[in-house]
Amino acid sequence: MSILGTRVVRTEDPVFLTRGATYTDDLTDERLTGALHVTLVRSPLAHATINSIDVEEARNAPGVVAVFTGADCDIAPALLFPAANKAMLRPFLATDRVRYVGEAVAAVLTEEAYQGEDAADLVDVDYEPLDAVVDMKEALKDEVLLFPEAGTNSVTAMHLAKEEPGDDFFADCEVVVSREIVNQRVAAAPLETRAASAYWGEDGRCTIFCSTQNAQSARDEVAGWLGMDAKDLRLILPDVGGGFGAKIGADPEFALVAWLSKKVGRPVRWNESRSENMTGMVQGRAQLQTITIGGDRDGTVKAYRLDVVADAGAYPRLGVALPMFTRMMAPGTYDIPKVWSTAQVVATNTTSTAAYRGAGRPEATQAIERAMDLFADEIGMDPAELRKKNVIKPEQFPFTTKGGAEYDSGEYAKAIDLACQAADYEGLRAEQARRRERGDALQLGIGVSSYVEITGGGAFVENATVQVHPDGTVTVLTGTSPHGQGHATAWAMLASEELGIPVEKITVKHGDTDLIPTGAGTMGSRSLQTGGVAVHNAAVELVELAKQRAADVLEASVGDLELDKATGSIVVKGAPGAKSVSLADLAGTEELKVFHEWDAKKPTFPFGAHVAVVEVDVESGKATVERIWALDDAGPILNPLIFDGQRHGGIAQGIAQAMLEEVVFDSEGQPLTATFADYGIPSAAELPSFDLVNMETPTTINSMGFKGVGEAGTIGSCPAVHNAVIDAVSHLGVSHIDMPLTPVRVWTAIHEAQKESAK
Amino acid sequence: MKVEITVNGEHTSHDVEPRTLLAHYLRENLGLKATNIGCDTTSCGACTVLVDGEAVKSCTVLAVQADQQSVTTMEGLEGAAQGELGHPVTRAFRQEHGLQCGFCTPGMVMAAVSLIDENPDLTEKDVREGLEGNLCRCTGYHNIVRAVLVAAGKDPDAAQAAEAVSGERTTAPGFSTGEGDK
Amino acid sequence: MIPVGFDYQRPESVDAALALLAEHGDDATVLAGGHSLLPVMKLRLAAPEVVIDIGRVAELNYIRVDGDEIAIGAGTRYRDIVISDVLAKECALLPAVTRTVGDPQVRHRGTLGGALAHGDPAGDLPAAILALEGTIVLRSPRGERKVPITEFYTGVFSSVKEPDELIVEIRVPRTGSTGWAYEKFTRRSNDWAIVAVAVVTAADGARRIGLVNMGSTPLRAKATEAALAEGKSIEEAAALAAEGTEPPADNAGTPEYRRHLVTVLTRRALQTAAG
Repeated sequence: MSILGTRVVRTEDPVFLTRGATYTDDLTDERLTGALHVTLVRSPLAHATINSIDVEEARNAPGVVAVFTGADCDIAPALLFPAANKAMLRPFLATDRVRYVGEAVAAVLTEEAYQGEDAADLVDVDYEPLDAVVDMKEALKDEVLLFPEAGTNSVTAMHLAKEEPGDDFFADCEVVVSREIVNQRVAAAPLETRAASAYWGEDGRCTIFCSTQNAQSARDEVAGWLGMDAKDLRLILPDVGGGFGAKIGADPEFALVAWLSKKVGRPVRWNESRSENMTGMVQGRAQLQTITIGGDRDGTVKAYRLDVVADAGAYPRLGVALPMFTRMMAPGTYDIPKVWSTAQVVATNTTSTAAYRGAGRPEATQAIERAMDLFADEIGMDPAELRKKNVIKPEQFPFTTKGGAEYDSGEYAKAIDLACQAADYEGLRAEQARRRERGDALQLGIGVSSYVEITGGGAFVENATVQVHPDGTVTVLTGTSPHGQGHATAWAMLASEELGIPVEKITVKHGDTDLIPTGAGTMGSRSLQTGGVAVHNAAVELVELAKQRAADVLEASVGDLELDKATGSIVVKGAPGAKSVSLADLAGTEELKVFHEWDAKKPTFPFGAHVAVVEVDVESGKATVERIWALDDAGPILNPLIFDGQRHGGIAQGIAQAMLEEVVFDSEGQPLTATFADYGIPSAAELPSFDLVNMETPTTINSMGFKGVGEAGTIGSCPAVHNAVIDAVSHLGVSHIDMPLTPVRVWTAIHEAQKESAK
Repeated sequence: MKVEITVNGEHTSHDVEPRTLLAHYLRENLGLKATNIGCDTTSCGACTVLVDGEAVKSCTVLAVQADQQSVTTMEGLEGAAQGELGHPVTRAFRQEHGLQCGFCTPGMVMAAVSLIDENPDLTEKDVREGLEGNLCRCTGYHNIVRAVLVAAGKDPDAAQAAEAVSGERTTAPGFSTGEGDK
Repeated sequence: MIPVGFDYQRPESVDAALALLAEHGDDATVLAGGHSLLPVMKLRLAAPEVVIDIGRVAELNYIRVDGDEIAIGAGTRYRDIVISDVLAKECALLPAVTRTVGDPQVRHRGTLGGALAHGDPAGDLPAAILALEGTIVLRSPRGERKVPITEFYTGVFSSVKEPDELIVEIRVPRTGSTGWAYEKFTRRSNDWAIVAVAVVTAADGARRIGLVNMGSTPLRAKATEAALAEGKSIEEAAALAAEGTEPPADNAGTPEYRRHLVTVLTRRALQTAAG
């Protein structure tokens, strides 16, 4: 029986549940013996010039070994995203100006961690406050400039449409609906904050232990910043406590830590606090969207326009690129004849933005799925019906959209049908009608989302090495980089399936750039369809290699040999009891190891449909997610345990954005959500259990049919829940409420609608 | 200042600054690194350990406050020292996939141990409310809730099905705790 | 994040604690459960030179019937209030309110005296004690005094308690197991209340209503109470609940929203309390 598709419990868990995982700050590696602790002094102001920094008192504080400021730091300020305005350089320690609250201005190195916090308080920075610009539209006016030398706050022209659509874009539409919606800024907030440790060997090489989602590209980034040859840098990833996109690549602090270690000639370690993390770690979403949808009263959608303004934060990073995905995925699952989009990216005096679970695609889905509900509301059509009427039909695949994406496979209407059936959609509508008729305080809202997204879209190439050892154990090396996704188990399953060696004997290694010099890490739901397929292919090749070697031993032709998966031995086909040789024995004679690089060449497009049910207390505005049915189709399921776990986590983060989470800055750029007490991460008490509905439509892009599922739940659940809450109060005259759907916002929307209707 | 704390059944004693947090005492003085610190505001619960058998957040307890008391961390649960899942809660977390990145896990496990100790007859709602002090960013809690129900000897499928159709509010309530509540 | 360094004292009796308070005056802070104090010390918003830990003062830990009242030692932990058989029977509002404070871990450490001394207007317990018309017993080397909760708070986080005084006891009337309700409205389960309303029925049948987070101190819904006394309906009376309040503005709500919300919660609490 094949192990693929079975529920294998994770091999990584026994350690995680006994002595605990080993994160960067847990390391007791002897190379870090005697490491100094780095404490960064961070700006309390969002925009200011620095008149002077006095570090004398700090230098004399107990345990202080050194204090450095921007004046001491000779790492050249870097452009953190290549396509950004070339003047928008980020210094590694601020020199003349700070541009967001939390920007590092000095580094204090102490023998003990506690001493660092004391000494950091003694660093005296004389700031001259400047006007800050926080609002994206204000920033676009270029009245307050973050980088006067740039002459503008606009970061890039890369997402501007080549030409404006004609005046007749919506001319053939009976109905056109347009409005501005906010896809608010959120924090990835992995439970493990950022951390890095560094030491320099006598050979002049530097080793950095750090928390990231992709060791190899982080190595290259840090090497670039430090002006080093990447060969002289080794990155080692201990266990990583969650990433969600915010740990893609290197943070400037990693380079700073390496530089500090060299400067003082001792190993150093840095582990930020949560308060630092909530301003220092990149944040996600942060788009202002204008959606315009047009069509006919029979429910035919004919034209869709999406105008995006994206917030880059103070120093442009990966967030600059993400509107590319938003624009590409703008039409979602629908066959819309005319689609037009554009995006501006603007710098503000806030934390930099980058990827967060979905990274550009959830923003597209939220926009089109709100647009579909607004359109349905306007023409008085059931939102599920409207969707089914407009989705791309199965026979149209592969389908090239007006957004420029080539969708590989999908059955979008069936997904909507299955999710609605599971939810008893008709029954829910009937209950909703009863409550409306009675005028209950607790109104029911039903939200539907249909989604398609891109996975494996960032990097198509991934590698794997599979080696069988003479003792019968197997090592798998992968360029992917798990931080909760269970690759140690999943990759072992893939290898086990081909090698006939049990999962317990297979060790998966990742995240050491000396051991695995190339690889693209774990992001964009790419791992299984790139790295997983690479492991599969490597294992298949290894069996072929073993057969060639066994041919000599068994004195048979390669074509007559096969692997007996029950024993992990090469045997002669159809000759039971004949001579055989195990993979382990072959490995004893000569190294049995295969390196395989797999180029998927294309991304895949998983899809699904979610149905959310919420209750809204119309007297208080409190909305509560009661149930959610999630159909997420990512092709064949390798391990349902892990597959469902990824969906659960994704669904929760989507609900969290819809209902609770928002990073808020005041008009001066002061963060109002800089702790977990203020930022609304849900606990178990705010969420229901999730109902999962399965469907498996394989891709043709890889031999296994695998698509990615890491971000699917987030992309599907957020618009479903958003739509559901508005649906619950739509009969009161409410057509839209921006996320997060907090009680005060929902109540205010109802209150305003009632005032409006009373006029 | 000298403290003496029994940790996972063993006597420990160190000279510490009074401001030393219990979490740091465990991690730095004793080298017990399972207990993680995830926030500054007593919000996330990653640092949850038992003090005299009750769950507390060790980032908000001074080591000196635990002087002469007994502390249990995940490393002190049955079988942990041998690398084995000898405790019903850790076994259930693996079986139900109640962990992904693992960072919240030691605190979540200890909160669950305390919760089951105080109320062995748990419903899904009890578990969700009982874990309100522990944040997880990976699992959406679905499988954590199942794991705790399993560890408490409940059937998680039945408990979740009952909760789903109960009509009782699963989630952050306008906590009506009046007598009409029961 | 870690606190600024301090001297630590752990007296084992009230007298010893008072002697230390007298010695150190304004430089000292009392630590009970520490779940209000340590977070602000870690964020370095407070930096006392001396911390006097009363966590081991056993004489402050009790719940007992004393005549017409229940006497609760200031060091009594939330958890012990939640599971108290005496309170379930004699003053059921208090354990019900207490089990909404923080989360289980917080309730294992936090104390009633600590919550009242901290005096957060968004805290649950000050308003509950206010609805109960409880009494705070303060002791200092100068002696003991009893301050009605109605006279205790003077502003945000401030009260009539002198620096050398320690809250040693809280006294509440025996309001029984019925006729009460607590409506707490939060974003997340363990957040502070956006608004909360505590209702209790006094011995003479009058309803007393305590409001959480509707001003700089816990408040009574006086207009609602008066309207009820005049025989107005619950609906009519609850509509007056925001009178005399000055609710704060923050991410969770505008003052206008809170003024609306308090009327909804008051109505619901009164209906629940009416059974």
